[in-house]
Amino acid sequence: MNKYKLRFKPYGSIAILIEWPKEINRDILKNRILFKRKIKTEMADYILDTVPAYNSLTVFFDTSKIKYSGVVKKAKEIYEMKYKDLKLPYKLWKIPICYDESFGIDLNEMAKSRNLSKEEIIQLHSSAIYDVHFIGFLPGFLYLGGLPEEIHFNRKATPRQKIVKGAVGIAGGQTGIYPRESPGGWNIIGNSPIDFFDVNQDRPCFTSAGDRLQFVAVDKSTYEKILGKVKAGTYIIESKDYGQ
Amino acid sequence: MDSNILVLSSGLQSSIQDLGRKGFRCFGVPISGAMDKYSAILANKLLNNDEGLPVLEMTCSGSNLFFEDETFIVITGANLSPKLNGEPIELNLVHKVKSGDVLSFGKQIFGARTYLGVKGGFLTETKLNSRSYFQGITEKGKIEKGDRLQIAAYDPEFHASASKLKVKKSHFTTKKLEVTKGPEFNRLTKRHRLILFKREFTIDALNDRMGYQIKNKFPTIENSEIITSIVIPGTVQLTPSGKLIIMMRDCPTTGGYPRVLQLTDIAINQLAQKRTSDTFRFELESSFNFLERLINRFKD
Repeated sequence: MNKYKLRFKPYGSIAILIEWPKEINRDILKNRILFKRKIKTEMADYILDTVPAYNSLTVFFDTSKIKYSGVVKKAKEIYEMKYKDLKLPYKLWKIPICYDESFGIDLNEMAKSRNLSKEEIIQLHSSAIYDVHFIGFLPGFLYLGGLPEEIHFNRKATPRQKIVKGAVGIAGGQTGIYPRESPGGWNIIGNSPIDFFDVNQDRPCFTSAGDRLQFVAVDKSTYEKILGKVKAGTYIIESKDYGQ
Repeated sequence: MDSNILVLSSGLQSSIQDLGRKGFRCFGVPISGAMDKYSAILANKLLNNDEGLPVLEMTCSGSNLFFEDETFIVITGANLSPKLNGEPIELNLVHKVKSGDVLSFGKQIFGARTYLGVKGGFLTETKLNSRSYFQGITEKGKIEKGDRLQIAAYDPEFHASASKLKVKKSHFTTKKLEVTKGPEFNRLTKRHRLILFKREFTIDALNDRMGYQIKNKFPTIENSEIITSIVIPGTVQLTPSGKLIIMMRDCPTTGGYPRVLQLTDIAINQLAQKRTSDTFRFELESSFNFLERLINRFKD
């Protein structure tokens, strides 16, 4: 799987930071996930945790069992090996979003600042397919790749004290959904009724790195209906499996 | 019958903490856990508990606690003048408490965080394999007046050692925090590095379980952002406006600023005992020679 020139750095004395080239794309994402899986199986005896980000993977190891140099050596060996089966199956999730003005509180201002209508922003946002690169920042916050360039908008100059749960925002080249109430500086364009984090599940997020998302625009009454089902625990998010 | 402690008053920021929530960072869940792990573990060791059992962490001001049931307790960490039924009690020594006893605290003598350990540990809610409070994961982020904190049932077999353990004062007073180079250390110029290791830094009023900001303005660097990557407790980030922020136990799992230094776990524990306006210096760890060599080998 040695497609990239990786860099290995120590992170404190407890972890190694593995870095891919400084780009955000699905190919690096795929390579990173496959490498993580091999590390987890082949180095299971002394690996405590692995934490991904866009173009990095941090591997925490048991310092009582192995030294930094040993982890790096083994990881490099694994990366150089040839594997037959390098497929990465993933799910494509259909995520309902209501872009109604009551939720999309920044849509008017965003449309005004560009030669775009609100409808065009919504159309562009809901027609793209997004890659889940990793989950971070807040429990259940997905870092997504694939926002169309026409709707890249800078962060707001003054962050809001409170952004509601489910708010869908754009900041620079990123789009994301607030899994819970939080302060934040993103431009808010809509709201999703879906729970992105459920602390009472063993796997608190339904999705994981490598999956893909598509946003489906719904009107306010559909939003309310879905929200009711989500709260009752009866809503099933539409998804499709791909074997790629 | 459950055994409980009733919270008469909470103090500024008091929460139940164990050694953290492990294995959920890939879902964006912070590690959390006792800010000063050394003192939390010590409390458990004195009680002959497993070292990872949950304790009550109190910050700069203590809680008033009413023991509904008898148990053994120990106070470690900062000295906030603990009192049992109004009478001063010693730190780092096991005390037996009876039903109806009240634990309170007074003047802050040294340190910032004090720990209450109980025999068998606290039995508050477990979420994602940990009892560490973190708002949004557990129901609450801190304890409140009127809470009833469940503890393990009284253990009549337990015989507390009467000898008091001596804790080195330097744990609370040290002016040197040991660090290793962070992943983006090499973005710093010679001038930056000189300032980083020669200057005394002052802790800003913005310090909590999530992070400690540093008051001194630090010169900015040219390449001042990174593609969002992991941060861990002890990571020192440099913001584009020249602010140094030290991540602590409740820090987010990822960040977007260069990570210039990394505190050792001992240094995190020591910093957790410092308060607003306290000063310190960063000292590059030298004992990890093999690490040092590797850092040089993998230089940018």
